[in-house]
Amino acid sequence: MNAIDVTGTPRWWRALGLNRARLSLAREYAIVITFVALFATLSLTSAPFFTRTNLLNVLDQSCAFGIIAAGETVVFISGGFDLSVGAVFGLAGVVAAMLEPHLGPAAALAVGLLTGLGAGIVNGILVTVGRINSFMATIGSGFVLGGFALVLTKGYLITVTNPSYAILGRNKLFSVSYGTWSWLLFSALLTVLLKATMLGRYVFASGGNELAARLSGLRVNLIRTAAFGISGLAAAFGGIILSSRVQTGQADSGTGIELTIIAAVVIGGTSIFGGQGAIWRTVLGVLLLTLIGNGFNLLNVNPIYQQIIQGLIILFAVGLDAWSRRTS
Amino acid sequence: MSDLLVARGITKHFGGVQALRDVTVTLTRGEIHGLVGENGAGKSTLGKIIAGFFPPDAGVISIDGQEVRFRSTRDALLQGRITIVGQERAVIPQLSVLENVFLGREEGTAGMLRSGSLSARYADLIRRTGFSLSADARVGGLRVSEQLQVEILRALVRDAQLIIMDEVTAALTADEASRLFDVVRSLKAEGRAVLYITHFLKEVIDLSDVISVLRDGSLVRTGPASAETPASLVASMVGRTVELSFPEKRFPPADAPVLLSVRGLCQRNVVDVSLDVRAGEIVGLAGLIGSGRSEVARAVFGADRRSAGMVTVDGREVEIRRPREAINAGIALLPESRKEQGLLMRQSITQNVSLVHLREFAAATFVRPKHERAAVERSIQNVDVRAPSVATLVENLSGGNQQKVLFAKWLFRPPRVLIADEPTRGVDVGAKHAIYELIARLAGEGMGVLLISSELEEILGLAHRILVMRLGRIVAEFDGETATDDLIMRAAFAADQEARHDGDAAMGVGSIS
Repeated sequence: MNAIDVTGTPRWWRALGLNRARLSLAREYAIVITFVALFATLSLTSAPFFTRTNLLNVLDQSCAFGIIAAGETVVFISGGFDLSVGAVFGLAGVVAAMLEPHLGPAAALAVGLLTGLGAGIVNGILVTVGRINSFMATIGSGFVLGGFALVLTKGYLITVTNPSYAILGRNKLFSVSYGTWSWLLFSALLTVLLKATMLGRYVFASGGNELAARLSGLRVNLIRTAAFGISGLAAAFGGIILSSRVQTGQADSGTGIELTIIAAVVIGGTSIFGGQGAIWRTVLGVLLLTLIGNGFNLLNVNPIYQQIIQGLIILFAVGLDAWSRRTS
Repeated sequence: MSDLLVARGITKHFGGVQALRDVTVTLTRGEIHGLVGENGAGKSTLGKIIAGFFPPDAGVISIDGQEVRFRSTRDALLQGRITIVGQERAVIPQLSVLENVFLGREEGTAGMLRSGSLSARYADLIRRTGFSLSADARVGGLRVSEQLQVEILRALVRDAQLIIMDEVTAALTADEASRLFDVVRSLKAEGRAVLYITHFLKEVIDLSDVISVLRDGSLVRTGPASAETPASLVASMVGRTVELSFPEKRFPPADAPVLLSVRGLCQRNVVDVSLDVRAGEIVGLAGLIGSGRSEVARAVFGADRRSAGMVTVDGREVEIRRPREAINAGIALLPESRKEQGLLMRQSITQNVSLVHLREFAAATFVRPKHERAAVERSIQNVDVRAPSVATLVENLSGGNQQKVLFAKWLFRPPRVLIADEPTRGVDVGAKHAIYELIARLAGEGMGVLLISSELEEILGLAHRILVMRLGRIVAEFDGETATDDLIMRAAFAADQEARHDGDAAMGVGSIS
């Protein structure tokens, strides 16, 4: 336990009463504190905020992103990035919408889901066997998959007329939307996977120190591929929920969402360096981003400022992560 | 000779840890000042404070009687002409040797670099130091020892009056180290001051004029090096007399079965290596860094693909293509670098120790935490890891305890054969001793041990049989009872002489034997 911090503490941290241990703590709980503070502020300043309708609405608005971000969290912990989630999101909706007339709603949605799983596994193979940096591999595969969706639809919206296609996206159980239930269930499932199973341990180990994991007899390539598979599945899950809700398939419906997804994961406090993180963090990260939007609307603040605030929060979250791990 | 720098009453805290307590040292021109102490005694902290990495909480530093305050290492260099060569290499791997050496000291006209005069100055430096580094070589492709030379050259270019060297010989071979000592002595002869921080006691006694000993952040004493012996230094470092000796060697019976047998192993940097390890036997694998010792270990373990060779464990030939297959066959590899290859630094002791054999506490893929915890606790008690709990993060442990966690991980299910690559690197005297005891105990219980080490004492003190590698081959075998460091070094270096047919072989190498 002796003199771990030989690099010491920069002077300006000390002026602020900070040291590395405190920063680590801050990094651990920043998301909880921020979330609670924002929630309390909105509850006090806006009467319509703390109402059943609004809160359920916030959850429903977040559910698709929440599911995708949960999958992305697994990839982050395994030491990778998945930037193809936006493309997979669109592709899954397109596949489901196009197949609905032939297979019926349930099977079509399931095939959409499997498309995402397949895309994720391909990403995993590119990154592990292909040894392509995950950042670039998934940007590339994202372009390919997005283009594929465009070819399939020839750029048109695919409209589904069968009303039972919309059940997943629109129906409710105990006045909570199926989408929200799906998010809850999926997050719980991934939490158990990460915390309680061997695969979960292996994901943490592979992201924490790939060399050590390999020398410990782990099949790191398989483990990381599984993580990408989960992320692909999650992106497709989000995609079919949206497609079901609006009863259309649209190739570019997910364009750009990958950045918001990654922002939510990082704001939650999952490390971009791998080996650390949790699903509950990402749940809070997604909710925080939605609350900022929701709050700005309710308080009639110009939405232009929303973007600035979100950007600052992202910088703060990543900064905390980097500062807390600066060692000699 | 005059005092160059006085650090008086230096005190430093990191969080709750008191790293230095009222330490005073005086560094004199033309003098090599050795600084020793156990890991965590505050040696590096003192070096870094003097070099301007961070300020002391209390105390003053004065140069030629003038009090100075450094705000950065740059400050220390410009104001105090102080530079530090640290444990980690501060070089830019993409640049050439020349560019690294003259970094920040480039000569130019109107912003355009002039390389001609630098080349001449570089040639002059090389003559002075006797290093054999090509100016154009890319630094990233050099060995650690050569990168170190780059840093020393850089310190010379900056005309530093005080050069702090923190544990610089750890990664060097004996030959490279002895050449470094010549350079350090020439720095002294030029009237510079050197603060020399090290774990190697014989080395510091031979090299230094005065030696300061730190213990738990306090200065125990400063005295002439000629009055010290390794035993006297150790005694004051730990505050008690620790035996520098090794556990008694218990040779395995002549008919002990062969547990690990390697035949005709070939791989990049490994040529036709064959070796046997018997039950209860500790086989030492000696040789210079880069001679292929670690490569043999990695190839046997399936960490690197081998191009030829057969591995037999316990009389049965085993196909090993990846580490898992080696583990299943009963082989464990304790890798040479615990931070890079061995441990999940930001995860708990439990997560590290159970990783290899996680399957054993899992029921239908679910890890059973109680079983796991109990087994991990037994395992770390077995190797005497000192930690508040098994939930403690590995990065918060001392080097010695981290290394013991690594042992716990690989002994969790005792293997038939343990390959230990540099098992005591970067741990303090007490932990070293404990690790020696542990290795001897494991062999006593019938495990076969292949011990790779750059510290000859360790090989001589523990191994029952010693194999020496050079240039990827096993070139000599010695009995553990009759081997001497001289014999081993001659076997290891013969190859070095052959390898250096580029004209500079005469320099340095001859001084070894």
